[in-house]
Amino acid sequence: MLEIKNLHATAGGKEILKGVDLSVKTGEVHAIMGPNGSGKSTLAQVLAGREALEVTEGSVTYLGRDLLDMDAEERAREGIFLAFQYPVEIPGVSNTYFLKAALNAIRKHRGEPEVDAVEFLSLVKKRMKLVDMDEALLKRPVNEGFSGGEKKRNEIFQMAVLEPKLGILDETDSGLDIDALKIVARGVNSLRAKDRAFVVVTHYQRLLNYIVPDFVHVLAGGRIVRSGGKELAHELEAKGYGGFEGAA
Amino acid sequence: MSLATEPTTADAKQHHLALHEAFLATARARGAPAFVRALRARAAERFLEAGFPTTRDEDWKYTSVAPIAKVPFRLADAAALVVDAARVGPQRLEGAHEIVFVNGAYSPALSSKGAAEPGLLVGRLADAIAKDAGAVEPHLGRHASIDASPFAALNTAFLDDGAFVRIDKGALIERPIHVIFLSTAAGQPVACHPRLLCVAGEKAEAKIVETFAGIDGAATFTNAVAEYVLGPASVVKHTKVQRESEGAFHVSTTHLDLDRSVTYASQSISIGGSLVRNDVNAVCGGEGCEVTLDGLYLARGRQHVDNHTTIDHAKPNCASREVYKGVLDGRSRGVFNGKVYVRPDAQKTDGKQTNKNLLLSEHASIDTKPQLEIFANDVKCTHGATIGQIDEDALFYLRSRGIDRETARGLLIYAFATEITHKVPVEKLRSRLEEWVLRWLPERTAIGEAP
Repeated sequence: MLEIKNLHATAGGKEILKGVDLSVKTGEVHAIMGPNGSGKSTLAQVLAGREALEVTEGSVTYLGRDLLDMDAEERAREGIFLAFQYPVEIPGVSNTYFLKAALNAIRKHRGEPEVDAVEFLSLVKKRMKLVDMDEALLKRPVNEGFSGGEKKRNEIFQMAVLEPKLGILDETDSGLDIDALKIVARGVNSLRAKDRAFVVVTHYQRLLNYIVPDFVHVLAGGRIVRSGGKELAHELEAKGYGGFEGAA
Repeated sequence: MSLATEPTTADAKQHHLALHEAFLATARARGAPAFVRALRARAAERFLEAGFPTTRDEDWKYTSVAPIAKVPFRLADAAALVVDAARVGPQRLEGAHEIVFVNGAYSPALSSKGAAEPGLLVGRLADAIAKDAGAVEPHLGRHASIDASPFAALNTAFLDDGAFVRIDKGALIERPIHVIFLSTAAGQPVACHPRLLCVAGEKAEAKIVETFAGIDGAATFTNAVAEYVLGPASVVKHTKVQRESEGAFHVSTTHLDLDRSVTYASQSISIGGSLVRNDVNAVCGGEGCEVTLDGLYLARGRQHVDNHTTIDHAKPNCASREVYKGVLDGRSRGVFNGKVYVRPDAQKTDGKQTNKNLLLSEHASIDTKPQLEIFANDVKCTHGATIGQIDEDALFYLRSRGIDRETARGLLIYAFATEITHKVPVEKLRSRLEEWVLRWLPERTAIGEAP
């Protein structure tokens, strides 16, 4: 479903991704681990279409299409969802309005009928239970006053509502205690499906005890320098990233 | 005046003084009581002295009144005014105590006489002057300084009629009081000087709305003065909506005299007009006041909107909060100047002032200046101003969920502006303002209903 070839990307003039290769098939869960500054978040954001990051070389094919040729909203409508590491607060725009608008934009794109306020609420109620989210939070402005844990759960909640084909989790576990982590993992696991793939970006192995990956890749110095099965995560936990630091 | 050169502000001064002479000669003007004639005379003298301000005057540094000076306005002819009631509908607030003025003159046909509430009088200033001068004389013209503002002086020189709102001691008024000032010009440019005097007694509570609306796109010059005298521990919520026509000039001076323990919260919403200048001056005349001045200005095309506020902490233990937000598009120009004076004895003053501006185009601009003059030493005063474009992070977040760029931008502008409209206490007005903000948004914004 996702084919990344020799991807180079810069941020603020500095090259962060220096030739990333990655192949993800539908139904698979891939974990991307690596030291700080390796480019993990940059990779996640480049895939989602953040304009501040410039792709200088390489290609990304998504479901047979040139992903880099699509702008952010088109990628979302084609089924890509990025769970942000630092979800932004948007005072004045309610969670309800925002999510309904997003859902309808995606449904319209897929040729499905749009939902009205009532249908939206019933659809959403089930998803909220999944991440232990309080209904009252729906009426609040997007992420406003949300704790770190609530923000991350809101990301997974949105993902559950929008039903993407490719879910990219950018350090979703950062800043979470074990209980919040379990809730987030439960949400993600309930979305695992044959026609869905996940790319889970994380620094620590702990999350992967709950969201068990099919493949683990080490991103260091802007490239994937090693790939393996889920045991690789345990190896990294034991040995650290020392051997890979800034690998050329 | 030669045809080759445009009228200068000095020429304009003479022009308006001539209009004043003509007004004084009318029977109506001559019939006013002595105190009114004295107020007019002093004001006219002051205007003669000062004339229209120029950009060399510190308070008018960023706002040139040349566009007003250029136009040979005439005074509105009250008798000739016929305004279709249907045109007023969109401005009305159902259930409010409503009084309507057209070009500064009271319109009995358009004013509704809803059920009265005890302790409230909403009526014509001219009636109050005639029947109960004792209630009016101590306040009329005593608060809005004609020395500080030539426009306030000009308005006072034409003192004749206007709105009078009196809320008795202890009266808790449930329904909002709504004063509508309509501007209309049929063919020739028209100048008018709307006036409002509101006196609230001790512990009185009320919500008051002033709406300035233009009926057609013509050149009108509205030069308004409002004086609010609020008694001890009164609670007054005040909303001013400016929605003049595209070609209109709007200058307003609002003076607030607050006694001890007054709670005063206001929103000033400015959407229309080609050249707009609002002066709001609040004086904390007693301890324990809480003053909130919030404002929103939306400008585009070549609109020029200037908001000047002054909060005078004349007594100790008062708190003031001010948030003014502007959204500027096209080649529009915004000006914000917020003065806060803390007098030497005003200890424990707590003042906070913020001005935030969103610039949607590279040609829009804003001049923002806080002025804090603090003479007491045990105070807490902060101020801040931001000028920015739409937050890229927020934009990306919305787009990453499938919302297209234009809609996402619109949502963020809407969210920015409605932080202020959400503070309007009259619900019907609040939703109407949200609608207006929605409609103001740049084209191609596909926002269905209000977010």
